[in-house]
Amino acid sequence: MPVLTAHNICKSFGGEEVLKGISVDVEKGEVLTVIGPSGSGKSTLLRCITQLETIDSGEISVCGDTLVKTGSGGKAEYSDRAACNRIALHMGLVFQNFNLFPHFSVLRNITEAPVCVLGKTKEEAEKTARALLQKMDLADKADAYPCQLSGGQQQRVSIARALAMNPDILFFDEPTSALDPELTGEILKVIRSLADEHMTMVVVTHEMAFARDVADRVIFMAEGVIVEQGTPEQVFGCTQSERTKAFLSRFNSTGV
Amino acid sequence: MNYNVLLSQMLESTLMTLRIFFITTVFALPLGMLVALGRMTKIKFIRIPVSFYILLMRGTPLMLQLLFIFYGFKPIFGIQLDRVLSAEVAFVLNYAAYFAEIFRGGIAAIPRGQREAAKVLGMTRSQTFFRVLLPQVVKGILPPMGNEFITLVKDTSLAQVIGVVELLKTTSDWVSSAVSMVPFAIAGVFYLLMNAVVTRCFSAAEKHYAYYR
Repeated sequence: MPVLTAHNICKSFGGEEVLKGISVDVEKGEVLTVIGPSGSGKSTLLRCITQLETIDSGEISVCGDTLVKTGSGGKAEYSDRAACNRIALHMGLVFQNFNLFPHFSVLRNITEAPVCVLGKTKEEAEKTARALLQKMDLADKADAYPCQLSGGQQQRVSIARALAMNPDILFFDEPTSALDPELTGEILKVIRSLADEHMTMVVVTHEMAFARDVADRVIFMAEGVIVEQGTPEQVFGCTQSERTKAFLSRFNSTGV
Repeated sequence: MNYNVLLSQMLESTLMTLRIFFITTVFALPLGMLVALGRMTKIKFIRIPVSFYILLMRGTPLMLQLLFIFYGFKPIFGIQLDRVLSAEVAFVLNYAAYFAEIFRGGIAAIPRGQREAAKVLGMTRSQTFFRVLLPQVVKGILPPMGNEFITLVKDTSLAQVIGVVELLKTTSDWVSSAVSMVPFAIAGVFYLLMNAVVTRCFSAAEKHYAYYR
């Protein structure tokens, strides 16, 4: 059973169609990367799946639990609040600009939700948090505040914060777009190591080499539709669509 | 002019000034937060009356509101409020409107990503508000709140229009009977001292929150 099933998702903002019937399944342990030009709806897709936006029509289920389905009138019908909250706990999201809580220490950023949402004890949550920080190579930063960290460190804390909730699927919304190339490398390394542990992930990224190397499957989106998808070899190696070719031409010619 | 009597009377009426100040802050701050949330809600039936309330409170003189509540309460509601209670009600209602607008600005200034991060982590709306947003709002609104508190200390002197004997009322009575400007100067020092304390408290609060961002 797929961890995520999204079928025929449509979303408009004020009459402008941003997602025009997107369907995507993600299997357990799979790493899916989503590439495409700015404004193609990649981020909106993630935001719709993680309930930061509501869709107009379509179906989304996570771990077999239906979040939203198309009702008889063709409009999206969401499940009740309890179900939505339950489904939210299956998913983690790492933002482009981190969105750490600035008034909390690094440790509290990671323990806050496990304590107040999952009802873990403080000791339990801190133990998990410290282990995650160790893994993120930030063990010495537990008591620091986000403003004292570099962008790369902040992003690693936010990944730890998402992992602390033990999600079944982790989404990354352009996790390196706010970082310089050096810090970008830091984050990509972390995501790669999560991929090695078979974490189920969907990564929206503009890092083409990374999208190719880390992915089990690549989706190319443009103008609100999926133009092409397949294994990295298929999408990058023997590109079918002209639109994808045009997008990848710069990447392929420079090789970065 | 007997300075001992003057000073003891001025100190006594300063207690009234402080009483209005503290009652107003204690009640107008939470009320102001509720008004701010009412002003920001999508529910029209709440937002529109709340907006009108803010317009009314900020758009008419506080002195007029004091007079209206003291003299107008009985004809409308059938109960006569005493002078001090009328003053307190007027101050709380008036300052809640100003506080509400400060809260609203403070809440709007928190990046949307904070709410989104909390939501994705599964926090409820009240957890998000009390744990994530409110502490950050408090930090952000300290400077405009400091202004409001200083103004409040001075505004308490308006309560004399409905016969509340506060610091400035006692002072001006002394000025007219003793034909001396000295009580005015002393009153000025009193207000200044009170506001020096207010300023110190706000500086301390700002320092307390300086550990981040």
